[in-house]
Amino acid sequence: MGLKQNLHNFKVKNQDKKWIPAFNALFTFLYTPNETTHGGTHIKAADDLKRTMNTVIIALIPCLIFGMFNAGYQHYLALGEIEASHGFLGSTFWTWDNLILGAWTVLPLVIVSYGVGLGVEFIFAIIKGHEVEEGYLVTGMLVPLIVPVDIPLWMLAVAVVFGVVIGKEVFGGTGMNILNPALTIRAFLFFAYPTWMSGDKVWVHGAVERAGTPDAISGETLLGAYAQNTDLAGIGYWDMFWGLIPGSVGETSKFLIIIGALFLIFTKIGSWRIMLSTIIGALVMGLIFNGVVDAGWIGETSKFYGLMSVPFWQHLIIGSILFGAVYMATDPVTASQTNKGKWIYGFLIGFISIMIRVFNPAYPEGVFLAILLMNVFAPTIDHYVVQSNVKRRLKRLKVKAA
Amino acid sequence: MGLLSKKDSKLILDPLADNNPITIQVLGICSALAITAQLKPSIVMAISVLFVMGVGNVVISLMRNIIPSKIRIIVQLIVVATLVIIVDQVLKAFSYALSKELSVFIGLIITNCIIMGRFEAFALGNGVWRSFLDGIGNALGYGVILIIVGFFRELLGSGTLFGLKVLGDPVEKTGLYAIGYENNGFMVLPPMALIVVGLIIWVQRSRNKALIED
Repeated sequence: MGLKQNLHNFKVKNQDKKWIPAFNALFTFLYTPNETTHGGTHIKAADDLKRTMNTVIIALIPCLIFGMFNAGYQHYLALGEIEASHGFLGSTFWTWDNLILGAWTVLPLVIVSYGVGLGVEFIFAIIKGHEVEEGYLVTGMLVPLIVPVDIPLWMLAVAVVFGVVIGKEVFGGTGMNILNPALTIRAFLFFAYPTWMSGDKVWVHGAVERAGTPDAISGETLLGAYAQNTDLAGIGYWDMFWGLIPGSVGETSKFLIIIGALFLIFTKIGSWRIMLSTIIGALVMGLIFNGVVDAGWIGETSKFYGLMSVPFWQHLIIGSILFGAVYMATDPVTASQTNKGKWIYGFLIGFISIMIRVFNPAYPEGVFLAILLMNVFAPTIDHYVVQSNVKRRLKRLKVKAA
Repeated sequence: MGLLSKKDSKLILDPLADNNPITIQVLGICSALAITAQLKPSIVMAISVLFVMGVGNVVISLMRNIIPSKIRIIVQLIVVATLVIIVDQVLKAFSYALSKELSVFIGLIITNCIIMGRFEAFALGNGVWRSFLDGIGNALGYGVILIIVGFFRELLGSGTLFGLKVLGDPVEKTGLYAIGYENNGFMVLPPMALIVVGLIIWVQRSRNKALIED
């Protein structure tokens, strides 16, 4: 009798206890359950929900680790203690000092996100008497990656409770939600505590507590700098691509996001249609804005000039649109389900993201708003795609009959 | 309630809980979103609607046999409008600052669906006393929700109640603010009112399963 058999017997013995879903969740996380389905036809597939979720988490881990290094790097760089690193393998980037400081600030975010979120999931599973659902695994990983590094932990906890309860559980749990829970959490933070979610103080560790002192350091994101028409302080395009810039914890490195995207496409977890169409949408909107600037409709005095005149392809590397396109928009529950719908859905996300980015200086990053908006419209898009298909087929039928 | 018969007291108590105009009938949502960012306007709004509903139901009930049914909506509108103007003028006369704060929303009581709904559904077919009770009951049911929502939104959104800083001073960092607490700006925005109402509906229906419809 191995450990697994003992655990199984334990489960059978306590089958009618209220807390058994909590036990089952941990049990099936480590082992395949002993029960098998009997009779009837059933589909055998290796990629259950848990494996799907774990694949996305694997794709996210490079971003998280890079985020830790970057948190430390940005802090020390702003203090002037280290030289700017050039290139992805720069000598001042991958150092122990950076990692230790980064881990010290980022790991609590991860722990709070998972602890609070899974706590809520367990409570709901026990109240409703169903098994704990795995849906939070990815959300819990995404949340620390899309918040500023210095966000107070209690705010994060409040937001996670809100996001999981309002964004997911009220609709009936994993698979039933309309909105992406991770983005619901970010939207809540953004509207509830705007001083901690935007501006030029929050993106570099230590900038908030130093504000107003002689040691003050600036922690502006590139988008903020563009929107203010200020100098970029010598940050090159390659730095943006490698991710050596201030920003939310995990979204800065476009390089690692692309690797994650390839991994998701290769494992067929993420939809390449959504990723591609989002990028196309963003590029089209960027081109339109470039056209407006070239036509001279907007002068340098306009407050939109800074972001409008950005070459269209640069929009992909200055904000978090790539991160949103790869990890957020592709959420299979809240995205469109039909192939044609995915193209429309993704295109509009990219299109609207850049529009919000340029036109609304109060929301320097519009990606999360655009994705939440399209989450709401995804079922509508699917409905019309299916209806148009039905109509076309009916027409064909009529032609044949006549 | 010894004063009222069992049937009559039901008229008042029902809308307070199991037939609440906001959480069960989902009427009057617009004003519940608009003016509940602070507790004081919520209470003033609740009292105003109480007055309009009570008196309006009585007036309509008195006239119910002489209103031609083709133009009854117009007659009802005139009754509400008259009463709302009275409320508006009284507020302007005695509490100008508050009337500024509530601005257009006092005028918009006219369009509050609860009022027209009760006129149509109850006052047109019932006696004066019962109509009066029904009006009071529904206005109270409406007011209770308004006050609950206003309480939470003001407490969590601005850290105050009736303008008193009950959680400490956010600028000078006293009370809760000393340990890093911050006001939740989302609470002040209208979407949060919708979510708070939604939470009340959730709690109410999970306590009383009979209210859940398919």
